[in-house]
Amino acid sequence: MSIDDLKSQPTDPTRRKFLLTSGSSVAASLVAAYVPASAKSAAEGTDSGATSALSNIEGAIPITLRINGKEHSLRIDPCTTLLDCIRETVALTGTKKGCDHGQCGACTVHVNGKRVLSCLNLALMHDGKEITTVEGLGTPDAMHPMQASFLACDAYQCGYCTSGQIMSAVALLKEPCGPDDTSVKELMSGNICRCGAYANIVEAIQQVRKNV
Amino acid sequence: MHTFEFIRPTDPGSAIAAAAQSKTAQQGADVRFMGGGTTLIDLMKLNVETPDRVLDINRLPLDKIEATPDGGLKIGATVRNSDLAYHPKVQKDYAVLSQAILNGASAQIRNMATVGGNLLQRTRCVYFRDTAMSCNKREPGTGCPAITGHNRTLAILGSSEHCIATNPSDMCVAMAALEATIHVQGAKGSRSIPFGDFHLLPGSTPQRETVLEPGDLITHVTLPPPIVGSRQMYLKLRDRASYEFALASAAVVLTIASGRITRARVALGGVGTKPWRSPEAEGALTGKPANDATFRQAAEAALRNAKPQSENKFKIELAKRCLAHALKMASMS
Repeated sequence: MSIDDLKSQPTDPTRRKFLLTSGSSVAASLVAAYVPASAKSAAEGTDSGATSALSNIEGAIPITLRINGKEHSLRIDPCTTLLDCIRETVALTGTKKGCDHGQCGACTVHVNGKRVLSCLNLALMHDGKEITTVEGLGTPDAMHPMQASFLACDAYQCGYCTSGQIMSAVALLKEPCGPDDTSVKELMSGNICRCGAYANIVEAIQQVRKNV
Repeated sequence: MHTFEFIRPTDPGSAIAAAAQSKTAQQGADVRFMGGGTTLIDLMKLNVETPDRVLDINRLPLDKIEATPDGGLKIGATVRNSDLAYHPKVQKDYAVLSQAILNGASAQIRNMATVGGNLLQRTRCVYFRDTAMSCNKREPGTGCPAITGHNRTLAILGSSEHCIATNPSDMCVAMAALEATIHVQGAKGSRSIPFGDFHLLPGSTPQRETVLEPGDLITHVTLPPPIVGSRQMYLKLRDRASYEFALASAAVVLTIASGRITRARVALGGVGTKPWRSPEAEGALTGKPANDATFRQAAEAALRNAKPQSENKFKIELAKRCLAHALKMASMS
């Protein structure tokens, strides 16, 4: 099978399915244990659980976050970063926590169309703003062109930085960026990949830019 | 993270009144303004900053870039670094500022960080950032382990026996060379601070980094009218090609007529305890022919008073070459 054949046959890209079918039921149950009941209900589309569960926290402030086009009415402790709110309260775990200090880019999301680091943002600062996470870009059946290009170009190894890389790459499409690889590398320098998939990441981005 | 009360003032007056209740506007302030959060939230997670009250100033009307009546530029305190760097007038007339900002941080951080916040960016000294260590800046009187410890990236200009922490900002280096003015509204009214007077040398009080007092809100920065025909350059040298703080950087604004330098403004980054304007280099350039010998002499003058630490003697020659090369690139632009 040639590389081109492989690229044309990304049959089942779902990481979650891979985990579930590779005998990691123990890991899966551990993960489930760390998602609070309130977050589960938020994920299922009812935010009442999140609101009531946090209503007793002293100093919690009610806000409305609009994430991937869906409004979430929440009560948030002021200390909560946007990253922790997205992952733990709203239970959208596609956005990753890497360094938690603005040094790795794994937590990149879009706020009002611009890419930011959700770990250096307080959730409360985003009341009423439009937030997009990797879950809002596309689905396994209808991927964003950048997601499809990362898959086709094998632009990852472990995958932990990938959602941040893709969020940065999608934002880059609308930013002033020269046509060459060097310009792409410069504007992607805030996203670290410890596996070192950089060459394929640049290729994936350039493939999309050529087709836009 | 230390718990805090989150307040969202709707007008500058109430923000200033709330901040005026702080015991200090310097290290350890109990009330903090929050702009982009890129420095403050980071330091709050490390418990280096532990404010009781955080004032979110992002809803205040401080986010505009406007022309001033004299032909200069007024930049609101909450203008994002990326919006400033890509502003057409900044790219055309204040290219050194655009270059400096785009050489700093990452695209994500530039989309978040504000101009006011960048003026107050804190040092990356590892001892300052680690509450398990002593630090005269964080806890006055406890000592400076950097002087006998890891100091490769720390300052060679403006240091004292109490502190050798480097100012990490790129934007500030360009603003020093452009002779910006910082405008502050405080409990006692408004005032304008020349850029060079805003940051303080550490001396025996490294916990005091600026002239700001409790309640002082940076409202905007102004740039003087552009110098017609000036040649500008920001050159940054660092351990990796991008997303890294400067080991040495130089911002230069030159005017050259008939091969001679008629006006020079020079500032250095990555080497000073504050954004380092160099009148010594400017004096060595003005009136001289624009050639390599002049540029090297200016670099020698700029670093004449440099005081290296155990691990960073290399920065003296690095900064000299950085400045000389920036001057050469500017002269050829």
